[in-house]
Amino acid sequence: MIITKKKDFSKILEYLNGREKIYLFGCNSCAEQCETGGEREVKAMADLLEKQGKKVIGFSVPDETCYSMLIKKHFREDKDVLEKVDAILVLACGAGVKAVADAAGDGMAVFPALDSLYLANVTRYGHFFEGCSLCGDCVLAETGGICPHTQCPKSLLNGPCGGMVNAKCEVNLENECAWIMIYRRLKAQERLDVLKRIAPPKDHSNGVKPRTVIVESRNKKQS
Amino acid sequence: MQTLKESLSSKKFTITAEICPPKGTDTSDFLKKAQLLKGKIAAANVTDNQRAVMRLSSLACSVILLKEGIDPVFQMTCRDRNRIALQSDIMGASVLGIKNILALSGDHVSFGDHREAKPVFDLDSVQLVQVIDKLNKGTNMKDMPLKGGTDFFIGAVVAPEADPVEPEMIKFEKKVEAGARFFQTQAIYNMEKFHRFYEYAKRFGVKILGGILLLKSAKMANFLNTNVPGVKVPKHLIDELEKAQDQLEKGIEIAARQVNELRSFCDGAHIMAIGQEESVVRIIEGAVL
Repeated sequence: MIITKKKDFSKILEYLNGREKIYLFGCNSCAEQCETGGEREVKAMADLLEKQGKKVIGFSVPDETCYSMLIKKHFREDKDVLEKVDAILVLACGAGVKAVADAAGDGMAVFPALDSLYLANVTRYGHFFEGCSLCGDCVLAETGGICPHTQCPKSLLNGPCGGMVNAKCEVNLENECAWIMIYRRLKAQERLDVLKRIAPPKDHSNGVKPRTVIVESRNKKQS
Repeated sequence: MQTLKESLSSKKFTITAEICPPKGTDTSDFLKKAQLLKGKIAAANVTDNQRAVMRLSSLACSVILLKEGIDPVFQMTCRDRNRIALQSDIMGASVLGIKNILALSGDHVSFGDHREAKPVFDLDSVQLVQVIDKLNKGTNMKDMPLKGGTDFFIGAVVAPEADPVEPEMIKFEKKVEAGARFFQTQAIYNMEKFHRFYEYAKRFGVKILGGILLLKSAKMANFLNTNVPGVKVPKHLIDELEKAQDQLEKGIEIAARQVNELRSFCDGAHIMAIGQEESVVRIIEGAVL
């Protein structure tokens, strides 16, 4: 699940300054669950823009806006409307904005309505917790399934920092120190020897951007 | 000039103190503080943008101390530099004549004056110690030979009063294994507990300087408790300060008392006076009596 939050409406008006006819995209997947880009939020955005004198001439809430090929298809099908707009506003994560911007072509201005935050675990409905940073060099085998790269604000790999207070994190005292959680888990598994080994620096070479993966079997299926 | 390493090796009780670089390029106050401390302490730690507040570089200020005839402990955090910049600056410190480095993780940027900054933390403090140790052996951290290595006396920090303490002690042992030869501890409040830590730590053949934090007033103690990571001043000390007519005098007296207690068993004391460097001299003088 990709977590998003709404940008200030004033920022959106700044983007759309001088542009009258607007088309909106939402996303029925993550952004719907975050209540930032489902059909309800897209319609609310349309109302707000109309009140500011904009003309919202259409909207779409695809099941997954990050699927570039589906968005391209949508552009082909809704070509008549989409060609007439002055700008497109996307209420989805950055991948959704990219899919729309690529499909819209070089001549169309596409703007984000959201900030994309992180990959989350859904701990309860509506509760989104950051547990993985997608770093490309997973250490969870050595840390009892708790990611110190993510759950420790300093991404420390060898134990707690001096700021740990009563097992809490100095950066946010409401959070448990990630390293105390890791320590307790490894202790319960009788694996403290793992904690005693010096963890090497992270290999960031797997994280050179932009990253691309092609799954050949899937690739063939589609063509 | 006797170095920190020589002082600690000679087994005499060794005192270090912290000096904070200025917020700007005017070094006159910094120099005054340094001159006050010259000859009174074995070495002076130069903090590296402590509490993530942007100040003059700890490397530059360490060189200034060197010119003044004071052995600097160049504090280096992992917060602001990646592994390339860290190694480069470590070697830079070496060619400029610095002999001691204290490796730290660094306070998080969210405590400082540039909260929008990217926290780097490419390495952690254990890994930084390991990297300095490799540079000392003449290779970079990837084991590639260098044209000239370094020869640092490597220090690190330990928090003997951490709770729970076991993960902290595991980390301490990792720092020793990585190559740390001296430790300056976080502020001590429970001397009995600290003594027990010292007995355990000395088995590893490293030198320990107990951290003494000058409490200027009860108000400051309360401020530290809420604002400074890892500091927890106990209530009985705050009460002692509150009852005093002159709270700063009382703070100096408490610090001198703690230094004296350390003198009876420990390798040394590291005095952190946060902006009150002139009081360090009085703490040391008070502790001799």
